[in-house]
Amino acid sequence: MAGWFEAKGWQPRRHQREMLELARAGRSAVLVAATGAGKTLAGFLPTICELGEQPREGLHTLYVSPLKALAVDVQRNLIGPIDEMGLPIRVETRTGDTPSDRKARQRVRPPQVLLTTPESLSLLLSYGESAQMFAGLRTIVIDELHGFAKDKRGDLLALAVSRLGTLAPGLRRVGLSATISDPDAYRAWLAPDGDIEAVDLIVGDPGAEPELSILIPEGKIPWGGHSGRHAAREVMGLIAQHKTSLVFCNTRSLAELIFQDLWAVNDASLPIGIHHGSLAREARRKVEAAMAAGKLRGLVCTSSLDLGIDWGDVELVVQMGAPKGSSRLLQRIGRANHRLDEASQGSIVPGNRFEYLEAVAALDAIDAGELDPESFRAGTLDVLAQHILAVACAGPFHQDDLLAEVRSAAPYAGLKDETFDEVLNFIATGGYALKAYDRFRRLVPEAGGVWRISRPVIAQQHRLNAGVIVEQPLLTVRFRNGRKLGTIEEGYASTLSPGDHFYFSGLALEVEQFKDTDVIVRASTKDARLVTYGGQRMSMTTHLANRVRQMLADRNDWHRFPDDVRDWLEVQSERSVLPEPHQLLVETFPHEGRHYMVCYSFEGWNAHQSLGMLITRRMETAGLKPLGYVANDYGLACYGLEPIGDPRPLFSPDILEREFVDWVENSMLLKNAFREVAVIGGLVERHHPGKKKSGKQVSFSTDLIYDVLRRYEPQHLLLRAAWEDARQRMTELGRLVRLVDRAAATMLHVEVERVTPLAIPLMVIIGREAMPQGSDADETLLVQAEALAGAAMTV
Amino acid sequence: MVPFSFAGETFFATVDGALFWPEQRALLVADLHLEKASWFARIGQFLPPYDSHATLTALQAQVERTGATRLFCLGDSFHDRFGCDRLPAEARELLISLTSRLDWTWIVGNHDPGFAGHCGGRLAEEVAICGIVLRHEAVRDEPRPEMSGHFHPKLRLHLKGRNVSRRCFVASPTKLIFPAFGSLTGGLDAHHPEILGNVGNGAAALVPVSDRLLRFPLAA
Repeated sequence: MAGWFEAKGWQPRRHQREMLELARAGRSAVLVAATGAGKTLAGFLPTICELGEQPREGLHTLYVSPLKALAVDVQRNLIGPIDEMGLPIRVETRTGDTPSDRKARQRVRPPQVLLTTPESLSLLLSYGESAQMFAGLRTIVIDELHGFAKDKRGDLLALAVSRLGTLAPGLRRVGLSATISDPDAYRAWLAPDGDIEAVDLIVGDPGAEPELSILIPEGKIPWGGHSGRHAAREVMGLIAQHKTSLVFCNTRSLAELIFQDLWAVNDASLPIGIHHGSLAREARRKVEAAMAAGKLRGLVCTSSLDLGIDWGDVELVVQMGAPKGSSRLLQRIGRANHRLDEASQGSIVPGNRFEYLEAVAALDAIDAGELDPESFRAGTLDVLAQHILAVACAGPFHQDDLLAEVRSAAPYAGLKDETFDEVLNFIATGGYALKAYDRFRRLVPEAGGVWRISRPVIAQQHRLNAGVIVEQPLLTVRFRNGRKLGTIEEGYASTLSPGDHFYFSGLALEVEQFKDTDVIVRASTKDARLVTYGGQRMSMTTHLANRVRQMLADRNDWHRFPDDVRDWLEVQSERSVLPEPHQLLVETFPHEGRHYMVCYSFEGWNAHQSLGMLITRRMETAGLKPLGYVANDYGLACYGLEPIGDPRPLFSPDILEREFVDWVENSMLLKNAFREVAVIGGLVERHHPGKKKSGKQVSFSTDLIYDVLRRYEPQHLLLRAAWEDARQRMTELGRLVRLVDRAAATMLHVEVERVTPLAIPLMVIIGREAMPQGSDADETLLVQAEALAGAAMTV
Repeated sequence: MVPFSFAGETFFATVDGALFWPEQRALLVADLHLEKASWFARIGQFLPPYDSHATLTALQAQVERTGATRLFCLGDSFHDRFGCDRLPAEARELLISLTSRLDWTWIVGNHDPGFAGHCGGRLAEEVAICGIVLRHEAVRDEPRPEMSGHFHPKLRLHLKGRNVSRRCFVASPTKLIFPAFGSLTGGLDAHHPEILGNVGNGAAALVPVSDRLLRFPLAA
């Protein structure tokens, strides 16, 4: 090993040596080191050393990454050194793409190093052979640790690690990350039983500071918008000046639009590409290969490339629109220049004046070394159900032992006895108060608290349905010759009719027809509209919001802003007020025959979207005749036909007890959450996109199941899990609660005679009026639609 | 409920997809699929075991609301021929109370041929009343007016950024296809060629909403 470093003319870095020492002492570790610091190698050095000194058969090290592509890349990067050192170490990957004969062989004769994903690991654990396979496992290395601790994949992984801890006593746990704001929290997450002392922390030497700037074409920042589209020509100029650039967009639809904009000004015909999660896998692989081969000058992309394999040649990262969080920005910027001692270069293109402030806030936060706070939460019950079934598929288990093992995983440390029993019953018979399914049990209890699966087919079903990512139903976009361009969500596809034009995969397309689950398209030259993909929208983090609030209030800070932004704030302070950081400014004013209420609450788009729904309901009740609302990350504007004299009652905290619960229960929010937990928890079978359904397989409308269950058993485990999901992920309820709780004490209501400067970024998005949700509104829409159709058809 | 006419007779459609025939004091429903959930439990899919109760409660409510004395189920009343044997006690009592108090006809469907049990009522392959044939699945070249189920039609529309999906009737001058009435029964788009091919030209989707019946033309 030393010889190999020497031959390369390299020196092991300090953190790499420390990782070796810790491994020799049998210690677990979290390694935080900058991109390009040889982090992954540091994770594997102990394995290579140990197997070099004492060659052995059997699985020694398991590596888990969030991306299949990363596993493949790491394999390539490991095999090189191992071959050069002439070591008898086999390194293999195991992902959803691995052929089944190789998977079967791996279970019998595993390689020394196996690279995999949480889902594939969980599946491995469902095989009886797993006990033997993992018995000699020495190390598990978890890459991009920060990506796991907050979601269901993380829950699944934490449970799997716990299981491995039982199967392989003495297992070392190693976590790797470049961006972690609270390393101790991750040490606890990784450790058995949250024992932070069991996991040491190693921090690598810092890399060069990134060079970041804000791009403002001609010194002008637009009033509205959030995409940075106005800067297409300048961004194209940057692409031309750099070897290779990544252009990050916050949504898939924006990526399509930006790509069109760049293409329109690509006078030199530079090779540029587009990459996002809705494109066909083949299309993505092609673009990735072109990037790896250095054939592209620019790549427009989304969070699908936040993580991923290293492309050494990326010189510049452009962030279109606001960065939304400092860690996210750093991570994206880190995709440029994977060499430790050279600065990454990044440019942010704010789409409006608030976004400019947010961009400044992000740069300030990075300067101050402040990262986005981590939001750990309790593990979800649907994932627990899936895990327990996996364990049961591998062999009988004792319920007390399994409970102890589950609790030793940090997300489930607080799991109550009775909740665990409920989950067991749910898996066994559906967990209903009406004991209807006892004779169809999936799990059978035996004497002494031991459980086993009732019949082998249960294991086969489990393996088909396992996984924690539940896709929206997807349609395939194809040319008539069969060539696949990618997939779009059913919800969006239903907005298209034959003859419609839309942008996708960097092309303008016309819909020819719908055929089963395919959308048949042809190339079009007409102006197209944008695909509005579903999916979640990121909200600005709380700490960036606080910084923006501070900037508004602190005049001494304004000197560093461009004239545009300074004037905007000056005029606002003359015409209305600028709130102090703790104040909730609410403006009311008339505009073109409507009455507006704008609140500047800075709690992020998701919370504002929910609040808008609730407040317009209250306006309805109060006879204020609401017409609609719009939200962005910074505030919310509601408007109606009657003036709002006193906004306070609209914000009173009881809105969360009454209207909120009522709204969530009747909205698609909870139904969508229910669909996800029903699939993950194994209540209904997973729909495999693209695969023809076998005769027996039926996809149920989980909406109908939801309705029946809500009526007959509102306390059912899955309904509780769905509520929890809706609460945590979709509405950012915590921020909403803070906003409403704060409102009474901190509201500063200003009546002005006309629209204010601060309101403009919101006012310009009005027009896309949000309709209230619920069946009444559906009915209204149906009635309107029939009337329209009737009018159109009348001769 | 708003009246509409079919084959010279007057009917009222309910929001949940039943049809009331005042002249005959008859309530007509299709595709109850009772005990669908327990059928799937055999293969380890534990859907809530309350689907029969929910369906029958809804049916009872319509019986009471309309004052119907006759009831026709247009087939696939049980998800399989042994469905009746699996009815949980409460649902069974509810069904027996209904069949004993109404003049009840089970028309046989493809899911429940050779009914093993039916908690009362009479079985029939098809029935003709006032010249209208009631059967489970539409027959293409049937010259008489015909009412049937089987397809579970649903109207899916995209309106102002919302996907609206409702159970609907599909009607042509001589054919009326019912939506499924069962609480756990999914649907087939009313535009599906299978449906349009059966009803022929001039078909429309009829969507009952609270105070009216909406009519959406379906292109054949």
